Amino acid sequence: MYYDLVVVGGGPAGLAAAEEAKRNGAGSVLIIERDKELGGILNQCIHSGFGLHVFKEQLSGPEYAQRFIDRLEGTGIEVKTDTMVLAITPEKSVYAINSNEGYMKIDAGAIVLAMGCRERTRGAISIPGERPSGIFTAGAAQKYINMDGYMCGKKVLILGSGDIGLIMARRMTLEGAEVKAVVELMPYSNGLKRNIAQCLDDYGIPLYLSHTVTDIKGENGRLSKVIVSKVNGYDPIPGTEIEFDVDTLLLSVGLVPENELSRSAGVVLDKRTNGAIVDETMMTSIPGIFACGNVLHVHDLVDFVTHESERAGKAAAEYLKAQREGASSEEVEAPIELHNGDFIGYTVPQKVTVSKVDKFIEVLFRVRAVLNNATVVVKAGDKVLMSKKHEQMLPAEMEKLIIPKKMLEMANGQDIEIAVVKEGEE
Amino acid sequence: MVYDVAVIGAGIIGCGVARELSRYNCKAVLIEKENDVAMGTTRANSAIIHAGYDPEPGTLMAKYNAPGNRMAGEICEELDVPFKRCGSFVLAFSEEEMETVKKLYARGVENGVPDQQILSGEEVRKMEPNVSENCVGALFAPSAGIVNPWEFALAMGEQAVENGVELKLCWEAASIEKENGNFVITGKNGEKIEAKFVVNAAGVYSDTVANMIGDESFSIDSSRGQYYLLDKSQGELFNHVMFQCPGPLGKGVLVAPTVHGNLIVGPDANPGCEKDDVSTDRNGLANVAATSKKTTTAVNFRECIRNFAGLRSEPSTHDFIVGFSEKDDHFMNIAGIKSPGLSAAPAIAEDAVRMLLEAGVPSEKKENFIGGHKHLRFKELSDEEKAAAIAKNPLYGRVICRCETITEGEIVDALHGVIVPRTLDGIKRRCNAGMGRCQSGFCGPKVLEIIARELDMDPVDVLLDKDGSYILTGKTTKGGCR
Repeated sequence: MYYDLVVVGGGPAGLAAAEEAKRNGAGSVLIIERDKELGGILNQCIHSGFGLHVFKEQLSGPEYAQRFIDRLEGTGIEVKTDTMVLAITPEKSVYAINSNEGYMKIDAGAIVLAMGCRERTRGAISIPGERPSGIFTAGAAQKYINMDGYMCGKKVLILGSGDIGLIMARRMTLEGAEVKAVVELMPYSNGLKRNIAQCLDDYGIPLYLSHTVTDIKGENGRLSKVIVSKVNGYDPIPGTEIEFDVDTLLLSVGLVPENELSRSAGVVLDKRTNGAIVDETMMTSIPGIFACGNVLHVHDLVDFVTHESERAGKAAAEYLKAQREGASSEEVEAPIELHNGDFIGYTVPQKVTVSKVDKFIEVLFRVRAVLNNATVVVKAGDKVLMSKKHEQMLPAEMEKLIIPKKMLEMANGQDIEIAVVKEGEE
Repeated sequence: MVYDVAVIGAGIIGCGVARELSRYNCKAVLIEKENDVAMGTTRANSAIIHAGYDPEPGTLMAKYNAPGNRMAGEICEELDVPFKRCGSFVLAFSEEEMETVKKLYARGVENGVPDQQILSGEEVRKMEPNVSENCVGALFAPSAGIVNPWEFALAMGEQAVENGVELKLCWEAASIEKENGNFVITGKNGEKIEAKFVVNAAGVYSDTVANMIGDESFSIDSSRGQYYLLDKSQGELFNHVMFQCPGPLGKGVLVAPTVHGNLIVGPDANPGCEKDDVSTDRNGLANVAATSKKTTTAVNFRECIRNFAGLRSEPSTHDFIVGFSEKDDHFMNIAGIKSPGLSAAPAIAEDAVRMLLEAGVPSEKKENFIGGHKHLRFKELSDEEKAAAIAKNPLYGRVICRCETITEGEIVDALHGVIVPRTLDGIKRRCNAGMGRCQSGFCGPKVLEIIARELDMDPVDVLLDKDGSYILTGKTTKGGCR
């Protein structure tokens, strides 16, 4: 079996990448999806708020996905659902299984990695205490409630103010559960501001900042009590314990890109994002293997996943075209790297081949602290290439920076650094 | 119905004894208070088959450890239980500790441990490059191994059941009386079981059960030990079990690969805890991580996928208790089976059954004793075998647990096994679904659906683990889309 492009994952990233690649002449395109239907995690996100940037209207998750699924018709893009990729090799062979076709080896001219992410668990953050039932990741609870039609608790505490946790606070309230509080380790929320307003404030659910879960107690096998303490940094402060009588604890404590397949292919990963290191075309360390969406870095908005994935899809098509035409032997200069300066958590892309940039590059980044009236500065050595003032930047909200090609050229082949300078500092 | 033998407790000991008994034409019953076998200490320990150099010569621990180690390998082979004879090191970080290493070597020789070697620090690091520079030498015992302890117990329990032993789950003994020369065990459910012999293999509760016949010759202290289980990304740091030297400040913590390819680090020791306290605590875990740094600084604890705690069954006699009670020569205690209990279990079971037969349990061998069988583990198959498996049963073509690559076919196999699991954790113990880095975040709802479908249960009745550990509380107002 051979396809010019194999897209691993049929969620929003995979769908957008496949469609954009096809539109740009990628040739034969196959999407492999492990679930029984396309759409990925959007299928369980039945709340509204998706699509404001891409479609200029508010859609639910399944509606947003359906727009892309409907567009597949007539494109010739092939889809295998209920199919699991077991391994990807550096030579771009994809091994996959499903019930009908059995064990398959699929060779690809190019691959787009779009496997999404998973939720961090209780074990990942070593929450101490007993091990009763009633502790769920917010996404698992969301699946039980929205897909399977079953409630998983009556009195609920939520640890972590990530967006899924906030959405689930509202969802469980609407289903008749009593959501007692959302508890957040950091002194600021990790969710979008609009979700704090619409999911907590509107329902009178308190948010405890700088608090965490310090003990868990069960009764007859089910969760019965969660002890929450105030923290100093990351350390609980003795004597500040608050007891919550709850039967359910939801965890919304972060997402981790699922890169086990990328690792099997030998793709070089970035410790900061837990995703692949990519260039401005979303290409990983292996030529012809691209990555986009939450497998690359965790996004806040699906609309941004779509944009990024379209870039990856287009780049994959261009890569295939270049391969077909016999990749040009003309020397391309080595890429320059984008370094993280003060307050920058990460950037995507992490490297840029300046001569291949068309007019500008889009750099996505996150800051590591709440920053008011701060300036983002792009430097090459001591030379400031550009700077931009922001009223507020939050770790919970991804920022975008457009760097024109001209500025990149001013770096003269030097690596560049992106940093934040706070007001009053130089 | 009068049973020849009633075994109380279906952990590694109870299952091992039941399996040995099932070779003979006797009527045996295995009683377990929980809803599955291997629910106590058997499911939460270091998962190591010790070589046998630790116990002091002359103790029962020394008597059973090295023979048990040999037998464990054979039984795991016969019953297709994951086991790897990977060898273990006891690391020394000072000249005093080297003296301990030499003592352990001598003990090992006395206890019949084969092929031990004393190595220099350099030799150790050649075999295990991630060992600290501060290590000056070690005892190497190639016969030590790692095992999946709950599958070990389960496989023995299943073989026992296949060969005629009756298993009663959710059956907790409340009292034991003697009537007409037989024991009458009354359960908390009001049912009665009559048996000529009783084997008390009730783990941390074995003192409670002994007390039921007035045997107060020992007590059991529960000592809680906590662990980190780390992602497979850390599993390749070590190929052998790495112990620290036992010293005045305790036994130190071990760092070891698991048969599933993960890394385990632990335990600490918290004596005097409640008999059902398997909680973890922040300080204890921090200490485990800090103590492991002596062995290696290579472990990335951010890759932790689960913490757990297990209970050591510490007997007041400081040694295994294996034999008939002084109160009644038809009541056998197998108690205080602390470390190296898992390793010693097969030898203990064999010896216990020898004693039972000598005391009058029917000793005629069964002619048609059923041997072990293989399990299909999809991810371990070759490409051709994978293709063939799916062709034969399409359910092997659907991956349910993505972290561990466990297929629907394997889960359905487990649900139609000899001892039927009715819980998510029961499935996890049988086929590893949910053991991986997402800790069943993705596959939990799917496994629940499969259990309900295959066993014709209401999804609301499917439990996570022990009785009472319900997952779902009812339907949503509008129901789901499926």
